[in-house]
Amino acid sequence: MTSMTIQEALRTALKQAATSLPQDVVAALRAARARETSTMAATQLDAILENVAIAQSGGIPLCQDTGIQTFFVKAGFDSPFLKELTGWITQAVTEATGEIPLRPNTVDPLTGENPGDNTGRFMPSIHWDLVDGDDVVITLLPKGGGSENMSALKMLSPSVGLKGIKKVVVEHIASCRGWPCPPTIIGIGIGGGADTALTLGKKAVLRKIGSQNPIPEAATLEKELFDLVNSIGVGAMGVGGDTTCLAVHVEVAHRHPASLPLGILVQCWADRRARVHLHADGSAEVLD
Amino acid sequence: MQHNLTLPIDHATARTFRVGDVLFLSGTLFTARDQAHALMLDLHASGESLPFDPSQMAMFHCGPVVSKHADGWKVVAAGPTTSIRMESMEDQFLRLFRPPIIIGKGGMGDRTSAALQAVGSVYTQYTGGAGALAAQRIESINRVEWLDSLGMTEAVWLLQARQFGPLLVTMDAAGGNLYKDLDRIIAENVKAAIARIETA
Repeated sequence: MTSMTIQEALRTALKQAATSLPQDVVAALRAARARETSTMAATQLDAILENVAIAQSGGIPLCQDTGIQTFFVKAGFDSPFLKELTGWITQAVTEATGEIPLRPNTVDPLTGENPGDNTGRFMPSIHWDLVDGDDVVITLLPKGGGSENMSALKMLSPSVGLKGIKKVVVEHIASCRGWPCPPTIIGIGIGGGADTALTLGKKAVLRKIGSQNPIPEAATLEKELFDLVNSIGVGAMGVGGDTTCLAVHVEVAHRHPASLPLGILVQCWADRRARVHLHADGSAEVLD
Repeated sequence: MQHNLTLPIDHATARTFRVGDVLFLSGTLFTARDQAHALMLDLHASGESLPFDPSQMAMFHCGPVVSKHADGWKVVAAGPTTSIRMESMEDQFLRLFRPPIIIGKGGMGDRTSAALQAVGSVYTQYTGGAGALAAQRIESINRVEWLDSLGMTEAVWLLQARQFGPLLVTMDAAGGNLYKDLDRIIAENVKAAIARIETA
C-alpha cells in the first residue's frame, strides 16, 4: 500500500472503482461462467469477463454508466479532518469527472440542468457513521442507474413473516429480469423505518462476496435467498441461465410492531467499490 | 449461428436472423436514447429530414462517455442502455426510419415486436455494462448530431464500428422473442420457488 495525501487517495479510489472490479467479484463471475450451462448466458458472461480485462488493462471505465458517486464514511470522532471531508470528497469527484473521465450523471430533477461534474444538491451522495478512534475509512460505490432503478421498498405486514419476505424478494427479482444487468449482488435491509431498510440494503451491497452476516438467522436467510433467486432462471443479462445473482447480503434492524419494511437494493455485476483509509497524521491509502 | 456482417445490410438479410444467433457488426452505428428518439420523430412530424440515413446503419441504445481531443472526439466507454424506456416511440421510429438492427439491452415490448416483423428488422442484446469492450470495437466517431441541445449522453453519435459484438438476437423478424419464451419458464420457476418457501 502506497501512502499518499487524502486528495490523491480519493482520486485514485475513484479511478480504481470506475475501471476495475474487486477480486471477489471477478472470482464470482469466473465461477458463474465455469458452471453456466446455457450457451446464450455463456456469451454474456464471456463478454463481461473480456470487458473487465480490457477496462483494467487500459484504465478505462468498465461501463459507460459510471454511476452516482456514493460514499460511505466511517469517521472516527477524534479525526482532525471531519470538517474538511465533504469538501475533499466533492473536489475529488469534480476532478475525477474530467480526468478519468466519468459520465456527468447528476441532473437537477426539476429543471433537467446538469452541472457537468457529478456534483449538485446532496451529490456526491455521502453517508456518515461516527465511530470511535481517529481514523476515517471511506468506501466508494459508484452506483449505476439501471440497477438502482430496480431497487424497491416494500412495506410488508409483519404477519407475513420470513416466508413473506422470501416470496417478495423472489417475485421482485424475477420481475426485474435482465434490466439490472445480472448476475447481480442483492442487498436486503429488513426492519427499521422505510429509510433504515433502504440504507441497510445499500450497505449490504458493499460487503464482500463470500461474507456472511454474523447473526445466524440472517446468514441462513442469505443462503436460502441465494438458492431461491438462482432457481428462477433469469440468468446473465436476463437471457436465461443458471446464475441470476452472485450474492445476497442481509442486514437487519429492529422494527416498529406494526411495520415490516423490506429494502431490496440491486447492484449490477459491475460491482465497483474502493476504500480509502485516512489516518490522523493526514496520510492515506487506497485499500481495495 | 454466428454472422459477421458489414453494414449497410438489407431487410431481406435481417429477416433471416433468428433468436439465438450472434452478430458481429462492422460499419456505422448511431446512438439514440429517449430524447433522441423524440427529437427525430418531432423533426419528421414537422416535415424535416434527418441529417443521416438510419436505414443504412444499426441503431444503438447507448449514452456513451466520450472525450474531446485535438483530432476530434473519442469513445471512452459505450455499453447499451435499457431499451424498454424507448418502447412508446420505437414502433413508429422503426416504421419511419427502418434501421435493420437495434442494439440494446433487456428487450422491448409487443409494439416493437410487431414493427420488427413489419419492417424486417431484428432486436439484439449487447452485454449490459460492457462499455470498455464496446469502446475497443469502435474505431472512430464519424460525427455527432444535436450535441448542444441534448448533451453528451442523449446526443446522436455516429460510430464507426469493427467486429462490434457479441450481439445476441433476442427478437427476430419472424416474431421470435426470447423474452416471451423466458416469461413462461421464469413464471414456472417462480411458482416452484414459492412452493418450496411455503413447505419449508
